[in-house]
Amino acid sequence: MILMDGYLYYPGCTLKTKASDYEQSAIAVMEALGKPLVEMDDWYCCGAVQSLTTDDLIHQIAPIRTMCCAQEQGENTLVTLCDMCYNVLKQANQRVKDQPENLDTINDFLDEDPDYLGEVEVYHLFEILRDMKKEISKKVVKPLSDLKIAPYYGCMLLRPTGIAIDDTEDPKIMEELLELIGVDVIDNPKRTECCGSYHSVNRSDIVEKRVEDLVARAVEDGAEAIALSCPLCQFNLDYYQRTTDYDIPIFYLTELIALAFGLEVGMKKHWVDPKKMLKDKKILE
Amino acid sequence: MPEEKEKKMIDIYVMGRRYKVPEGLTIMTALEYAGYKYVRGCGCRGGFCGACSTVFRNKDDYKLKMDLACQTAVEDGMFLVQLPFVPSVRTMYEVDEIEPEKDDNLLLEHYPEIARCVSCNTCTKACPQDIEVMDYVQASLRGDIDRAASLSFDCIQCGLCSIRCPADIKHYHLAQEARRIKGKYIDTHSEQLKERVKELDGCVYDERMKELVKMSKEEIKIVYDKREFKKGE
Ligand code: SF4
Ligand code: SF4
Ligand code: FES
Repeated sequence: MILMDGYLYYPGCTLKTKASDYEQSAIAVMEALGKPLVEMDDWYCCGAVQSLTTDDLIHQIAPIRTMCCAQEQGENTLVTLCDMCYNVLKQANQRVKDQPENLDTINDFLDEDPDYLGEVEVYHLFEILRDMKKEISKKVVKPLSDLKIAPYYGCMLLRPTGIAIDDTEDPKIMEELLELIGVDVIDNPKRTECCGSYHSVNRSDIVEKRVEDLVARAVEDGAEAIALSCPLCQFNLDYYQRTTDYDIPIFYLTELIALAFGLEVGMKKHWVDPKKMLKDKKILE
Repeated sequence: MPEEKEKKMIDIYVMGRRYKVPEGLTIMTALEYAGYKYVRGCGCRGGFCGACSTVFRNKDDYKLKMDLACQTAVEDGMFLVQLPFVPSVRTMYEVDEIEPEKDDNLLLEHYPEIARCVSCNTCTKACPQDIEVMDYVQASLRGDIDRAASLSFDCIQCGLCSIRCPADIKHYHLAQEARRIKGKYIDTHSEQLKERVKELDGCVYDERMKELVKMSKEEIKIVYDKREFKKGE
């Protein structure tokens, strides 16, 4: 271990651009918890979608190259924030661990670069936070008891089962984190349904239907906002509400934790401005 | 004239045909020695223009290699071909009208195929300028225009990376846009440069230039050695 405190962190491209609110708030939260996220020296775009074709190894190169970068930095633990990146990195890593012949082919192809030994483990930030409940409670200075929030998981954190961060059908990890920061958690039976994902690129009608359905249920059950962590879910739920009758804020969970820690980070690139509601509720000045 | 030394002759294969050429020539001069005349695929002859991309294989090596014909020596048993042109389409944009401050995915929007990069690093291996080509594509993908521009600074637009890329990326056009944005929107603008351009526009140095052009090599050397640096130069 080179990093004595903190975690080696893989950002992914979206967190450096459209989802910088998520990156900034997560960094602030981990900093406050005394376990800073330390960005990798080198990393590569994960490819965003895990290729399921068994003989399509070329699309495993990028995630495995990133595993190599962690290995060369002397770390066996790699933390991601983006659900898409988590899903791809975790699946690719699992695949070469389960199928050493795939790893051999990739290592042969990587040529002059060091071989990946298959020893790195990929984690989603929520898994790290789940193990830091005491520390989180201690840091809460502004419990968000006046906020009714529905958690939303989407697909990438929970499917396929082999890489799920929690029970695939009945996850609790977000509910528990929200309760820790004092939120009035709204039970959300649709929390593991798909948001429409990449259909936003060429079949926005599908996403519009999904968003209408997901947000309507949350609002009917009393939610004033939704908390999540996937930048694509965030975009879909946030942007496509304009095609519905709703306009509730779609928070990254880390933005809410930061608020409870007394920090105002992120919340800049949302389509439905969350600050308006927070001001009405006197959570922000 | 120095004593004519017997040069060792080696075999090279140009587009499959064998030629005997003296050892130690560059690919470019070896082709001319073999009787070829350049109408395309040759420019500066100094490793700067990127016109002389060559693809070759060496004897006993399975790897396909690329380099600049004017900078690479022939080797015995080399199989080669020169590429007179690399087809590649550039995205049109008006550098004064783009807003990189507001749009952190500008390069991705202009060159969406960069999202297809599989990090195979083939482009980097192809580059005769030893540029970290994959890294500048990756930097572009994450909106880090400054890094993409700095990493690609030595690009001479030979196109070899783009010919090799399995994701069909047009690396050098992408990188050129990154450098243009950096020059216009990221780097601080130098006041001295503005003043100097104004001076040039006002023909302040024309007389001096005329004198220099007339000087002999020896006179120029003396002037050069005696030159003084003024403030800000
Ligand atoms: S980056 Fe590509 S175009 Fe530029 S010098 Fe290298 S190989 Fe040639
Ligand atoms: S050759 Fe193409 S796909 Fe491979 S690393 Fe370079 S840009 Fe990416
Ligand atoms: S002729 Fe210009 S780089 Fe070779």
